[in-house]
Amino acid sequence: MKFQKSAIIAISVLVVLQVLAGLLSDVRSCQYYSRIFFLIEINIILTASLSLINGHTGQFSIGHAGFMAIGAYTSVIITTILPKMLYGQCASVNTIAGHLCFIGSMIAAGCMAGIFGLIIGFPSLRLRGDYLAIVTLAAGEVIRALLRFWGFAGGPRGVPGIPKFSNAIYLGCALAGSLWLMRNYLYSHHGRACVAVRDNEIAAAGIGINVTLQKVSAFVLGAFFAGIAGALFAHMSQYINPDNFGILKSLDLLIFLYVGGSTTFAGSIVGAGAFTLVPELMRLANLENWRMVIYPLILIIAMRFKQEGIMGTREFGFLVPGKYKTMRNRGGRGGAEEQAISPDEIAALRSR
Amino acid sequence: MTIFTIKNLTHSFGGLRAVADFGLEMQAGELVGLIGPNGAGKTTVFNLVSGIYKPSSGRIFFENFDITGLAPHAISRLGIARTFQNIRLFHDMSAIDNVKAACRGHVEYGFFSSMFHPPSFWDEENRLHDYCRKLLGIMGIENRANDPASSLPYGLQRRLEIARALATAPKLLLLDEPAAGMNPQETRELIDIIRWVRKEFELTILIIEHNMQVIMNISERILVMDFGEIIAHGLPQQIQASPRVIEAYLGKEAAHAA
Repeated sequence: MKFQKSAIIAISVLVVLQVLAGLLSDVRSCQYYSRIFFLIEINIILTASLSLINGHTGQFSIGHAGFMAIGAYTSVIITTILPKMLYGQCASVNTIAGHLCFIGSMIAAGCMAGIFGLIIGFPSLRLRGDYLAIVTLAAGEVIRALLRFWGFAGGPRGVPGIPKFSNAIYLGCALAGSLWLMRNYLYSHHGRACVAVRDNEIAAAGIGINVTLQKVSAFVLGAFFAGIAGALFAHMSQYINPDNFGILKSLDLLIFLYVGGSTTFAGSIVGAGAFTLVPELMRLANLENWRMVIYPLILIIAMRFKQEGIMGTREFGFLVPGKYKTMRNRGGRGGAEEQAISPDEIAALRSR
Repeated sequence: MTIFTIKNLTHSFGGLRAVADFGLEMQAGELVGLIGPNGAGKTTVFNLVSGIYKPSSGRIFFENFDITGLAPHAISRLGIARTFQNIRLFHDMSAIDNVKAACRGHVEYGFFSSMFHPPSFWDEENRLHDYCRKLLGIMGIENRANDPASSLPYGLQRRLEIARALATAPKLLLLDEPAAGMNPQETRELIDIIRWVRKEFELTILIIEHNMQVIMNISERILVMDFGEIIAHGLPQQIQASPRVIEAYLGKEAAHAA
């Protein structure tokens, strides 16, 4: 597989940062910094998955943390709760079986979150923007409330003692893999259909796009990756409770998304990176109590002065497929015969 | 061969009857014009045919298949394409992406390919790219392929809409005021494009237009609507001379004077 130069540079940078973070996480005094770095990566995956729904398909889903919760709890049930019940101990970081269990739990987390995305999305994505917002907000809170009730999963006390699987390798691979898969989806007919739905639903329907199905497709995919991020988060924090995934987390994600730039992954990366750091900087400046004032203020200022976000419509070069760039820059090969569409071509297209 | 039939099409918005007992039969390859004063219900007929509204009563048949009340995307996939009176392009996408978006129906790769981009995916994408470039070339806008659709001048935006409609490989094309806002030179070019496209793509075309130069030049026959009803139907020369048509457009005095 040929990679374009910018992609190679980006991957190299990521590898270097991952190695650094991995080494730091072994040093007790530096664990704080590596944890912030890993948190940024998890937030990037979350924000990118939200940008699929809110940015590229133009919907207004504001309960995204609910999918993160589903993913977190699904994976924790598989690696911690069930093993403790059946074997007396949770999946071990030191065994291959443990790691296989974790990887399986991550996939299950994504799938479970995707299923919930289908259940919530299918009836509600027919609704107009504001109504969809209410439904997704409610869905996020309902998920949290149900988790608080569910004794098997710890209820309001949460789940302690989750094995620490999320290390530099898993996070780096998950980040690169998620962004790669989501980007691929967007640079295919799915992505074009999503943007068409965003720009003009009626015209999109007029050219054969099943608008509701397309919205649900983006919604389910976004939920899937949010679930995977939730699994990674749970196995990094080693303790989760339902309140980790409430409206405040959803709000955080919305700020990452809209201030960074909702229509590109560059926006997700910049937004998540910058705003995961902001609370830490506020902590250093003793402004932590002002978080709930400063955050919304930033959101208001950003929406007032730069609605399209910090990154606007600009995308990082390494996130655009090289083959797409080659194709896009390919000019016409000229000649009248080349420009004509043969009747056979048309007949073939009609029969598809 | 009758390809398209509308029977007793009636549609009301609450108490307002927008279309009353509209009927039409089209043979394959025909070009029919639909004219009438503003508010006559012409675009409503288009919206009913393309599935945006479900008619209050009446039936629409395409190739002997009842398409009344089907969803817009289903009707599009059956082979009916339309352009819009107020341009409905995907403004944030490039011109060629607008056309590519319409090719969704005949794309050959599935979900797995979309996620993993194997070489077969890129083969299909390149084929699509070439096809869409050709369509843009037919409309004369291939040099603006990568420009965002909103940056195109008005006349080219209208052509892009037609190119996008053609990308679905339709059998019936509904054009809603394609010449609106065009100068005489652009209008002449549009007439040529419509004629050429009709022959090359073997299309049946129903066209709404206010521009008499266009309608009289290319229509084989014309329907005239007023207040939701068909008030005249015939050859261009007959329509031009009909007092009822003149009355609808210009009022009773003009009809009496004619």
